[in-house]
Amino acid sequence: MIYAIASGKGGTGKTTVTASLAAVWDRPLTAVDLDVEEPNLHLFLNPTTEAETPALMETPVLDTERCTLCGQCAAFCQFKALSVMGKTLLVFQEMCHGCGGCLALCPEGALSPGGRELGRIVSGHFQAAGGAQAGFFMGRLRVGEAMSPPLMRQVKALLPKTADADILIDSPPGVSCPAVNAVMDADCIVLVTEPTPFGLHDLKLAVEAFRPLGKPLGVVVNRAGIGDEKVQQFCREQNLGVWAELPYSRAVAEAYARGEVAARVVPEMRTATLALMARMRDAAAASNSGEVHHA
Amino acid sequence: MREIVVISGKGGTGKTSVTAAFAHLASLQAGAMLCDLDVDAPDLHLLLAPDRAETHEFRSGYEAVIDPALCTNCGLCAGLCRFGAVRPGPRAASVDSMRCEGCKVCVEFCPAKAIGFTEKHCGQWHASATRFGPMVHAQLFPGEENSGRLVALLKKEARERAKSLGLPLMLCDGAPGIGCPVISSLSGAGLAVIVTEPTPSGRHDLERVAELCRHFRIPVMVIVNKYDLNTQNSADIARFCTEAGYPIAGLLPHDDIVVQAMLQAKCVTELPPSPFSEALRGAWELICSHTDAAPSPFTTINKA
Repeated sequence: MIYAIASGKGGTGKTTVTASLAAVWDRPLTAVDLDVEEPNLHLFLNPTTEAETPALMETPVLDTERCTLCGQCAAFCQFKALSVMGKTLLVFQEMCHGCGGCLALCPEGALSPGGRELGRIVSGHFQAAGGAQAGFFMGRLRVGEAMSPPLMRQVKALLPKTADADILIDSPPGVSCPAVNAVMDADCIVLVTEPTPFGLHDLKLAVEAFRPLGKPLGVVVNRAGIGDEKVQQFCREQNLGVWAELPYSRAVAEAYARGEVAARVVPEMRTATLALMARMRDAAAASNSGEVHHA
Repeated sequence: MREIVVISGKGGTGKTSVTAAFAHLASLQAGAMLCDLDVDAPDLHLLLAPDRAETHEFRSGYEAVIDPALCTNCGLCAGLCRFGAVRPGPRAASVDSMRCEGCKVCVEFCPAKAIGFTEKHCGQWHASATRFGPMVHAQLFPGEENSGRLVALLKKEARERAKSLGLPLMLCDGAPGIGCPVISSLSGAGLAVIVTEPTPSGRHDLERVAELCRHFRIPVMVIVNKYDLNTQNSADIARFCTEAGYPIAGLLPHDDIVVQAMLQAKCVTELPPSPFSEALRGAWELICSHTDAAPSPFTTINKA
């Protein structure tokens, strides 16, 4: 099963929840950081790195000898990555989305595939519940690179396909294309929010964005008690399960500031995380058996 | 006109609460054009209660749509699509709009000319009035792309409006991360105020977003929020900033007044004075004097 931990608003506790789940997960596990712009999960899971490889996007390289300046590629490119200026064809590598259209289109074979570095993919392992080894993957976007979804796709392509290992995805904040890319292949989505007006507003956006995906969706109210009851009220109205309420405590905030995993050092967090894990598994299993019935 | 963008790398460090308070403080001076550049999950309007005077559609990019009546199910498009957006079907293929990048490759190469290309309506943007001055803001529809283009559009509108109103300052709330919308929000900015917190994530993300600013030659000032959560980490952040040449604008204490203000839809500086609001006023003064005094926007960069 693949579980994605997401949120509309940033800083609500996605990484805290993901790291806590990883620390108590009692089945074979791979933890993945798909918040490639600002990956933080490794700071808490302290994985041992086995490999770090550059992730490339296929972009065109020009052979000026062959180019006749016909301009077909420039006219076709939807992202303005190619432009004929006087007697030169300019290739703007940073604008390219890697669709391969220009390579397929060029009648002279003047464009060949090259690569722009999107970032790095780190793989390794960490110690999960009971001392078991769990897999770890992280994408880290190159600073200055604008496009995170292509790097996320490459990380996702590396994940184990076996059904007997679970996958926990730490997703980027927001509800636009990077966030949707992180959760679209999951079997179950956990939305982490906080009981404040900002938390509620962005939870509404996240529900609007992710509900059409038709996957089981549950809410974790983090820092419960700091604001008001409107998040819980919204969940009731929307028939959304509140799978965990993690009470606000200075001890949890301080553990986080020290780089510690809350479920490892704060007993109440451990209890709440175990209960959350059970709710997630039930929801994913119920939805899977539902699919079998439909088929 | 000066342009200040408040960003953070890590989400939830307090960007919006800080920006709203700065909007209040700027309104007590010569005023500012306000701008919410977090078009994905905007929250500034929750504190500033904008009165929407104008609403505009945001259209950007295209998506491929296969006409099942014309599709011969040859499979060529599925083979060409680099984004895995073409779904095979029993009689005709279809396009998963969530995955479609709008590159037009399938449209171009379809032998049956069965694929159309339609413009996307991805969101809307507003020009509004708030108690602290004019504001432009937007909402990208959930799941949509092209947030960078929407940010660029908002900035262009904000600049034009600020110019015609004679406002000396544009104050922008940015998005988390370092990707396309953040890069777009930094374009043309005179100062990036980075709000961080003394946690491993806050520190890690500060370094990356500050490097992004350096890459685009935007001067940086740093605010450490909740600094008393871990004073050792705060001291480490301060040392890092000093060495890198990023002035610290302020250290804000961990205080539930931030949530209290949010619940009342107010800025912290509108509530009775507190250690938090006083620290914030100090930070604003430093930011103003720094940007006023700075002879060149590249001072910080060159020194480092």
